[in-house]
Amino acid sequence: MSNQSTSSAPQAKLNPNGPGAAAVLAAGIGSFMVAIFAILADKAASIKNLMNFYKPTGPLSGVTTCAIVVWLAAWALLHWRWSQRNVEVGRVTAAAFILLFLGVLLTFPPIADLF
Amino acid sequence: MEITTRGLWTMIHGMGFGALYLLACSGALVELYRRYRSPLGPEIKEEDERFLRIYLTAMAVLAWITVLTGAYIIYPWYRAVPPPGTASLAAFPQRLLMSSPSTAAWHSIGMEWKEHVAWLVPISITMAAVVFSQYRRSLRIHPELRAAVVGFVWASLLAAGISGFFGAMLNKTAPVTGGSTITFVQGAQK
Repeated sequence: MSNQSTSSAPQAKLNPNGPGAAAVLAAGIGSFMVAIFAILADKAASIKNLMNFYKPTGPLSGVTTCAIVVWLAAWALLHWRWSQRNVEVGRVTAAAFILLFLGVLLTFPPIADLF
Repeated sequence: MEITTRGLWTMIHGMGFGALYLLACSGALVELYRRYRSPLGPEIKEEDERFLRIYLTAMAVLAWITVLTGAYIIYPWYRAVPPPGTASLAAFPQRLLMSSPSTAAWHSIGMEWKEHVAWLVPISITMAAVVFSQYRRSLRIHPELRAAVVGFVWASLLAAGISGFFGAMLNKTAPVTGGSTITFVQGAQK
């Protein structure tokens, strides 16, 4: 038992939590952005037209493509900032879960229609 | 016994990729919980870890294939606009659902939610696969990261479940049909 706990500390130093935290937070941001772009496309005709990347699929093509681009950009940026660092991963994870929860909630049409 | 090409694609998307993803989720959650929940648990073998890494990566690929076939192959058939004067809306599922107050909510709530919430699945599982591949057994000494991976796999299961439920109900109420007919077996006439 003691061997494992003593080997954990150097291992955590060698393997900082920053890259993992970056991936987790970016996934939360990506999930949230799906809902935000969907609401924007639903509420504004001009944005709906802009989101029409592929006509047979309609605005859904732009909504999801934009959300994926934001997700990957956020991931790249956070990874660049945190790749060699240990961050407060508990707070980062909490923020990611809140964004994920909002993503699920705001894609539900009766709630999205409130805006 | 025959099926249309559009019906076949819908079946591949839902009963093939989608259902397989839902099944795979339970396996991933069991493995993550059983092997990685405690830093003091039994030693994890290299081949078991490699298996889970490949398993999660395959789930991510499956999730992307599911949403991409849904959005870019089936959804255009679903939302097709009938030409003026069309008598039967059977080949235009969205319009068929919206033509009756008793079925309109299957589109306005069911499809509207499904088409967006489904994209949370590949985002979540891609993150889980990447974080697991990066940290492997050291996830045991990063409990918050492990909780995030498990939490996002649960979320992907929820989102895939919502999408799968509405997909099945939509296809039951207004199936996507059309295209050429594929005959599997010619039955004997009685």
